[in-house]
Amino acid sequence: MKLGTRKVVAELHVMQPPLPVTEQRGCASKGGGSNSSCGSAAGQGDLSPEVWEKVKNHPCYSEEAHHHYARMHVAVAPACNIQCNYCNRKFDCSNESRPGVVSERLTPEQAAKKVLAVASNIPQMTVLGIAGPGDPLANPEKTFKTFELVTKTAPDIKLCLSTNGLMLPDYVDRIQALNIDHVTITINMIDPEIGAKIYPWIYYNKKRYEGVEAARILSERQLLGLEMLTARGILCKVNSVMIPGVNDRHLVEVNRAVKSRGAFLHNIMPMISAPEHGTVFGLAGRRGPTAQELKALQDSCEGEMNMMRHCRQCRADAVGLLGEDRSNEFTTEKVMEMDVHYDLELRQAYQEDVERRRAAVVAARNAELKTLAGSDSGISILIAVATKGSGRINQHFGHAKEFQVYEVSTTGAKFVGHRRVDNYCQGGFGEEESLETVIRAINDCVGVFISRIGNCPREGLLKAGIEPIDRFALEYIEQSAITYFREYLERVRNGEIEHRQRGDADIRQGALITT
Amino acid sequence: MAYMIKESSCTGCSACQSECPNDAIFEKNFAFFVDPAKCTECIGFFDKPQCAEICPMPKTCIINPSVPRFAAAV
Repeated sequence: MKLGTRKVVAELHVMQPPLPVTEQRGCASKGGGSNSSCGSAAGQGDLSPEVWEKVKNHPCYSEEAHHHYARMHVAVAPACNIQCNYCNRKFDCSNESRPGVVSERLTPEQAAKKVLAVASNIPQMTVLGIAGPGDPLANPEKTFKTFELVTKTAPDIKLCLSTNGLMLPDYVDRIQALNIDHVTITINMIDPEIGAKIYPWIYYNKKRYEGVEAARILSERQLLGLEMLTARGILCKVNSVMIPGVNDRHLVEVNRAVKSRGAFLHNIMPMISAPEHGTVFGLAGRRGPTAQELKALQDSCEGEMNMMRHCRQCRADAVGLLGEDRSNEFTTEKVMEMDVHYDLELRQAYQEDVERRRAAVVAARNAELKTLAGSDSGISILIAVATKGSGRINQHFGHAKEFQVYEVSTTGAKFVGHRRVDNYCQGGFGEEESLETVIRAINDCVGVFISRIGNCPREGLLKAGIEPIDRFALEYIEQSAITYFREYLERVRNGEIEHRQRGDADIRQGALITT
Repeated sequence: MAYMIKESSCTGCSACQSECPNDAIFEKNFAFFVDPAKCTECIGFFDKPQCAEICPMPKTCIINPSVPRFAAAV
């Protein structure tokens, strides 16, 4: 390994911030008969005005916002105080993209400069998170120093941090004093017996604890930290890594436990696991969940509270919209050479324009939804979408690094997930193999919305029973999905097509770096 | 009289540095090293050497065979 280029893989926590949870309500089935009003999925929905105000422009907390607003992570926190069996700290692959992986570490001063550089170049960047690559609260001085510096120079940027929770109760006062908006805690279990299978050890009070005792301490600290934050009105999201055969069924109990303690959003993420990652679980051949398994678990928790489904499990130094990573444009070397003009007014003007575009997306969706009024059908379908953001179908099939997946029924169109398709090493596969990769990733979808598509992939998709749909090019995603669904129902009624449940799909793992 | 950090398996995470009661750990080119003149193997401070306790890599913070073991109060 070359010095200076080493990567560190750490915790699987992904950024999140906290919210005032006093008004927290369950997600039931309120909201104009549309499931999509629930939780993070669409707009304000059931959220109290105070909570909505805090999350509406936060890409990690609001699915709708994530089409329009960007985030960045700065990797100032390399140390960690627990060991997870899905994490390998000695990881070194430049194409890797997952929590805990970074290309370089920053000092707080470098991080603050980077934030200004990114904010000046990407006016829709509204959120700064510290997520590692270790645990931010195992590096408290670096973490809080970074936040202090950024608050001074870029006061409009929201701050959040993501932690394993072990040290959280000790730092709640500082989090509050720094006005950190949102905190994410990674909670994978509330039962220490299960925890002992996930965490071989923790380092706490100058001592290494192992087994059930370690998991018990960790769980107590996590839940205590969550309670302390929500009692102070700090917005809290909980991340859970779904590990089939270890905690998959147990996460329903975790969901109840964190909801009752005031967590605002629950993000159940698929474990990223492959032997080449060198993790304990990867080497043992323990697999991550399939798309269907993940969705079933998320669906079963949705009645309880808001579920997050748009998490991209990004790197601890990611920059840009979720689903893209522009960190290569902002390496320390480049940032230090950049001439940075932080123009608050320009940023605000840009964001006002984003708000106008965003309102148009919602208006178009709501208008289209009315055309489904009165129709009664138990059918629901999944549609994959190639998009570069702004809520539109605006990407060529062959350029898509991921597809967003929408579930459409008579209640509307709802974002239910995303599938990465960029996970093949360059030069390793030909075009046909790439298409196979895509088909496996969206095999549960009846069709795929793209702005354009070549003849070869078009035929390949049709052969696989997935309809390539380019007639909604540049249109709004949700509006188009509802239109397509209405026509789909008509075609089923006319006997033109037969509605069938599609099979399962792969959750692909790996790189998401824009080069 | 000291611990050492095996460079080939050190992840450079820095966790050991802030836990060392002797301030014996320093960074050079993204890797971390123990100053044998400062390290006391945590004797007199803790039951176990803190660098090894928090290190995420097994067998990375190990006894340095090239110097004599630390002897407390000698």
